[in-house]
Amino acid sequence: MTETTPAPQIPSREGARTLAEKVWSDHLVKRGEDGAPDLIYIDLHLVHEVTSPQAFDGLRAEGRPVRRPDLTIATEDHNTPTLNIDKPIADITSRTQIETLRRNAKEFGVRLHSLGDAEQGIVHIVGPQLGLTMPGVTVVCGDSHTSTHGAFGAMAFGIGTSEVEHVLATQTLPLKPFKTMAITVEGTLKPGVTAKDIILAVIAKIGTNGGQGYVLEYRGSAIRSLSMEGRMTICNMSIEAGARAGMVAPDQTTFDYLQGRPHAPKGADWDAAVEYWRTLPSDDDAVFDAEVFLDADELEPFVTWGTNPGQGTTLAGEVPDPAAIDDPQLRDSAQRALEYMDLQPGTRLKDIKVDAVFMGSCTNSRIEDLRAFASVIKGRRKADGVRVMVVPGSARVRLEAEAEGLDKVFEEFGAEWRFAGCSMCLGMNPDQLAPGERCASTSNRNFEGRQGKGGRTHLVSPLVAAATAIRGTLSAPSDVLEGALV
Amino acid sequence: MEPFTTHTGVAVPLPRSAVDTDQIIPAVYLKRVTKTGYEDALFANLRQDPSFVLNDPVYAAGSILFAGPDFGTGSSREHAVWALRDYGFRAVFAPRFGDIFRGNSGKQGLLTGVLPEDVIATCWAAIEADPGATATVDLQAETVTLSGETYPFEVDAYTRWRLLEGLDDIGLTLRDEALITQFEQGREAWRPVTLPVRES
Repeated sequence: MTETTPAPQIPSREGARTLAEKVWSDHLVKRGEDGAPDLIYIDLHLVHEVTSPQAFDGLRAEGRPVRRPDLTIATEDHNTPTLNIDKPIADITSRTQIETLRRNAKEFGVRLHSLGDAEQGIVHIVGPQLGLTMPGVTVVCGDSHTSTHGAFGAMAFGIGTSEVEHVLATQTLPLKPFKTMAITVEGTLKPGVTAKDIILAVIAKIGTNGGQGYVLEYRGSAIRSLSMEGRMTICNMSIEAGARAGMVAPDQTTFDYLQGRPHAPKGADWDAAVEYWRTLPSDDDAVFDAEVFLDADELEPFVTWGTNPGQGTTLAGEVPDPAAIDDPQLRDSAQRALEYMDLQPGTRLKDIKVDAVFMGSCTNSRIEDLRAFASVIKGRRKADGVRVMVVPGSARVRLEAEAEGLDKVFEEFGAEWRFAGCSMCLGMNPDQLAPGERCASTSNRNFEGRQGKGGRTHLVSPLVAAATAIRGTLSAPSDVLEGALV
Repeated sequence: MEPFTTHTGVAVPLPRSAVDTDQIIPAVYLKRVTKTGYEDALFANLRQDPSFVLNDPVYAAGSILFAGPDFGTGSSREHAVWALRDYGFRAVFAPRFGDIFRGNSGKQGLLTGVLPEDVIATCWAAIEADPGATATVDLQAETVTLSGETYPFEVDAYTRWRLLEGLDDIGLTLRDEALITQFEQGREAWRPVTLPVRES
């Protein structure tokens, strides 16, 4: 038998522990022996229409119930149209998935927020907004961007459909311990530089597999000073660095965001929870298996030029020359990316014209993201020939935005103000790029064909998306808002 | 689940790195609600290129894939495993795999074995020299044999045991149901519950 290095056992370390180690050990149902994984209890299971039908089918085939419907919640998001939501869904397969979820939720007693419901929306927006996502809990969902919820100091990660079935049946998952990586970002962000730029810079630094096998913990003064929305943006894209989970230690910002939300603890339960949550941050002398440092003072607005989220650079830069890349694999990958993206080395990024701007996705569609986008475009008109779509993350976010008058700002700008869902992040609904179209997108993946077959994606922050929508070329917020940024 | 002990089949080279799950199965195929029948969706976009390896009749019956590093990264879609399995693949070898994909594979009886990059390159060369050659995977011995050479691969001990025994995950866990119930009895009142619904 081949000798392999055993993974460090997260819960078994003595003394000082990291945040991830604490959450892990507090959910240990059974420690694995002889190479078997640990059995971990799951506090919250989020379900959507794409990765659940086969899981419910599996339960039905074995005659198994959902063990804890009261720890399970479903929404419709990946396939939902963002126009004419009161009409039947035209695409037959999309409709089938949604109808299947409705049937399964009813049969198994699972709470479901359907299209048209005020709590419908992208599953990763809905959990936090209802106050279900909280520090020190375990959260899973059949979606890789479940890492979003780690912003609260939860351990949250994406799972496959077999695991969805497993959690439905047992409320547990057999899991191998992870390694831990500290990503420390110290300093103060310049005006116009946001959480999205931090995480794009992190991924460009460590690569799309740099976090593989790790739980990332984002730390340092720049992370501490971020809002919960900003922390969610960062944790959301942990998977794009190869990590299944990313976490931020809970603090007063977390508690303030959570308190008063519908499912947040109340009264004595709240007090007990906060007391426990304050014990969760990593101990001062806790040891991480790996450490990465970033200087927030140095960060600039970021944009991807290639076809994976690690292929990015500062917006002030140029399209890189693959010939200058030493690593042959990275070089080939860059070469292929430039061909797909139809870009020439040396082109100034700010000279690249876009056909579309997508403001949405589980990375950047919370109310704060919409406010940031609106703050840049307010009172202006979009560039001619650029299609701008603004898709709120949830029906609740849409209502909030409308109560603040943001919908008017978007419409006066010439943007399309849509209903909630995953939309053009992955183009499972009609919101897709045409072949060859180029898009500045606040989403999380710039893979080939992700936003529509042949579509070309540049990942950016909401501020960069807004500046780009105004000028029609990739643009930094400072290009349109000299001196006015906060 | 069918136990996996040994398997002999046509070796297929895929000399690309970072073949993510979007490439293994594009999102458009995720709309189905069944658990089988995804063979047509495997590498659907790549297969539109006539020179793609699976379009070569020599490899059409392939069942053992030799891929570049970071195979199966990206989206958690388990359909990627179903598509490989439904096409007929029983094993994939690569220097590195996406974590979620690898976890999903073990549960569906698809073996993902780690081979060093130089060995993968040697295998690509061997297949190119003898297109349609078969390889033999011996999971008990943790080896794969191709063109007379035998290479040890890595698979974690637990997944190996599960594959060899053909064990169902949920059944295994439910053997510990008493421990789960005991854990639930100690669960604090502040932890989230989705029911009854509390209005905003």
